[in-house]
Amino acid sequence: MLAVAGTIPDRDFPLVAGTVTLKGSNICIQGNQAPVNRGTPALLAAAIKSGEVLGEPAPFAYLVGDIGLGDGSRRLYEYLTRHLGRADFNTITFHYMQPDVDWHNRVLFAAHEMTKRPILIADAGFMYAAKMSGQSPTYDLFTPDAGELAFLADEAAPHPFYTRGFILHEENRIPALISRAYAHDNAACYLLVKGSKDYLAGKSGIHATVHSPADEAMEAIGGTGDTLTGIVTALVGAGMEISESAVVAARANRLAGHYARPAPATHIMEIISHIPRALEEVLRERK
Amino acid sequence: MSIQKVSDGRNIDRGILVFEHTSEVIRAESLLKSEGWKIRVMGPPPEIRSGCDLVIEFPLIEELKVLRTLRAAEISPIQAVPVSSPLLHPVDLFHVKDFGRYLMVRAANMKLTVDKESLTIVNISGGGCPDVPYLARHMVGKSLTEAPRPRDIGHTLCGYALQLAFEEMWRRCSL
Repeated sequence: MLAVAGTIPDRDFPLVAGTVTLKGSNICIQGNQAPVNRGTPALLAAAIKSGEVLGEPAPFAYLVGDIGLGDGSRRLYEYLTRHLGRADFNTITFHYMQPDVDWHNRVLFAAHEMTKRPILIADAGFMYAAKMSGQSPTYDLFTPDAGELAFLADEAAPHPFYTRGFILHEENRIPALISRAYAHDNAACYLLVKGSKDYLAGKSGIHATVHSPADEAMEAIGGTGDTLTGIVTALVGAGMEISESAVVAARANRLAGHYARPAPATHIMEIISHIPRALEEVLRERK
Repeated sequence: MSIQKVSDGRNIDRGILVFEHTSEVIRAESLLKSEGWKIRVMGPPPEIRSGCDLVIEFPLIEELKVLRTLRAAEISPIQAVPVSSPLLHPVDLFHVKDFGRYLMVRAANMKLTVDKESLTIVNISGGGCPDVPYLARHMVGKSLTEAPRPRDIGHTLCGYALQLAFEEMWRRCSL
């Protein structure tokens, strides 16, 4: 079973741990609902839709309300340090949480206390904390976009906001940024870089690229990176090898976007509704 | 892969507030402490060559909220920089993509997209701090002139990056 840890942009959303379902455009967990706009709810919605195709149970989630003050995230970090060690998941994805190096390290230690070490995926704020902590190589997969990759490539930057200009200028040189991230040990075993072309890379170099279908508007749509992370989480959680999961997820996410006829104003839920069709098609192609 | 203890002796997720006068440091310290921030007063690192002999260390990620708190009390630091690399500056490069009817501006990891005709914010993407979905919820669907500013309701460096994208979009739309 897979687990996802992240936040809901609502201060009143309580700290909850349990299985998550999707009802219309809301995720539901232990009697609480949150709309799927972007962020962790979008990741979970994509993972749920993908899990349905794969015949997998609903994902488990650790969620808390946080609007950027960090109070909710710190409660969730604390909860994870107390409960993760006794949990039994084959995959854990850490997502939108206030980056905090000290708490990150404590959660990572808790994950390593689990009887069987799960596959560890990080994205968004938790990935920022992972990089800052110097523990990136401990993770199995990071899913940055181009701006976040530049941050991983900049060994001095404590947050994407402080990425140095000469590195940001290298936007069109994704392979160089990937090499630089690995050279400074600021990348996970695998990187799935989301962008106009998606890259799957490891320390040895680029393993694969996915560039079709190409819909430029996808970059502007909030949540498309979250859905990609959700799909790859579901595939890895279902037992597919990480590198294959990443390529299948990249292709399925693009296809789901394509089926939604995306424009820069498209809402992410329109894309999520096409994930089952897209994923089934990609899995069929693979056979 | 096992976890390794990694430490270079600096708190990489902390920032430094630099002030002109010690009296401002004292005022800022008591204000921030009274509001519950985990801060400490210390001597400036050698890279800092301006300001007085004391600086305040604060949680860097929450820079936007800390600066807003100080601004409300009319306390103005002359610099806010990362502890790990005090010479780093906030991002000042913008990537712009024209989709015809829509214009997208990216600052660091944050992207803001606007309908050029109505000036309505149609999407916000990128970012990883928890205020990004919150900001999107409050800004998407509103015009540039009506939408709340990230600097007013955001809290983190992602919110700060979105503010810069917002200002650049404002400039490009000649408002």
